[in-house]
Amino acid sequence: MEGILTLHDFMLYTKSVTYILVVVALLGLAGFFWFLNERDEDDQDEPGIEH
Amino acid sequence: MSSQAVRADRGLITPFNVIAGVIVIMGMVLTAWRFAGGLGAVTNLDNHYPWGLWIGLDLMAGVALAAGGFVTSAAVHVFGMKKYSSAVRPAILTGFLGYALVVIALHYDVGRPWRLPYPFIMSQGTTSLLFEVAACVALYLTVLFLEFSPAAMEWLGLKRARMIVVKLMLLLTIFGVVLSTLHQSSLGALFLIAPGKLHPLWYSSYLPVFFFVSAVVAGLSMVIFESSLTARYFADKMDEAHKQEKTTVAFGFAKAAAFTLVGYFFAKLIGIAVDNNWHYLASGYGAWFLVELLGFVALPAFLFAIGSREKKLGLVKFTAVWTVFGIILNRLNVSLIAFNYHLPASERYFPSWQEIGTSIFLITLGLIAFKFIVTRMPILYSHPDYPDEH
Repeated sequence: MEGILTLHDFMLYTKSVTYILVVVALLGLAGFFWFLNERDEDDQDEPGIEH
Repeated sequence: MSSQAVRADRGLITPFNVIAGVIVIMGMVLTAWRFAGGLGAVTNLDNHYPWGLWIGLDLMAGVALAAGGFVTSAAVHVFGMKKYSSAVRPAILTGFLGYALVVIALHYDVGRPWRLPYPFIMSQGTTSLLFEVAACVALYLTVLFLEFSPAAMEWLGLKRARMIVVKLMLLLTIFGVVLSTLHQSSLGALFLIAPGKLHPLWYSSYLPVFFFVSAVVAGLSMVIFESSLTARYFADKMDEAHKQEKTTVAFGFAKAAAFTLVGYFFAKLIGIAVDNNWHYLASGYGAWFLVELLGFVALPAFLFAIGSREKKLGLVKFTAVWTVFGIILNRLNVSLIAFNYHLPASERYFPSWQEIGTSIFLITLGLIAFKFIVTRMPILYSHPDYPDEH
């Protein structure tokens, strides 16, 4: 924060943080999707369960 | 008095009817008071707060919570998820009544009901977001009426008219999705004009995105909530197919809501990062923002995920109610609580008892209409003449 003196500094700082967050969000969403559907995939793999 | 007449009397005097009757009488008095005396007679609105509870709760939250109609019909008619087809009619009915009440609530705030068509026929403010919201809500209410109408036509025996509307269903659904996307986001965009009034943690150039994404979550949660209520109070009106599918609907929608909530959570973080508003999190408003973000976005995302993974229906139902409260809280935060945050406490708005009473009256009207329709029309069961068409 103290290093931000110009509009360029501000844009560089906020864009950098935003891009990092976007990567974290994409990875997080992919992981969460796997977490949500993991059990359903397990159920489908089991031969005795009808769907 | 015959025994049938006695039974009819007992049927009328139920706790719901008595409480609803008292609220309706109170609401009619408040309505006369508001339209005879004007806004000043019944509201605490002033120049700082031209929009109060009727806009923040009845309109902003009402429109979001009525999003279940377009979400469910899009899932079934556009994306072909036929396993949720039993949820379409209740969701469309909830959406139709929700939007109808939004328009009625708007009359209380705007006044002069006979001037409602003026934006379309007298002075079109085509560059205004409010014009766009008005046009979309008017068109979408018409679409919802048409989407709901097959149930009423089955009840009335209008087979030919019903057949025509059913053939238009896919077109109506697509039109409904387009209109909902437009006006749900535009309601958020309305606040872009007030960057100095809305607290920076809630103000963001992404407000339209936030409003649209959270409306999808609200719609999904409302369908789960409404399905659990109908299963409890209208179980005798449900056929076997609807009873069996309600669990599938709850778990499927919980999964969708969990995923959407996580996306919403990251979007809100990105909103803070873009404007570099992190330092506000250490303030009082920051604590309140974190209550909303962690308590009503992150927590329900986690609970929905656990509920759908572990097949815990009770947890999913609880989380749906929690999320509905969260969406209402968000709309109240944006339109009232974090709005004019710089004003001293003495000049802050708090709704009058008449405003709160009118809102309760309107919600009660919706419940009465819902009960009237569900107990008469084929909403929770397939009509015998059209067994496979829900």
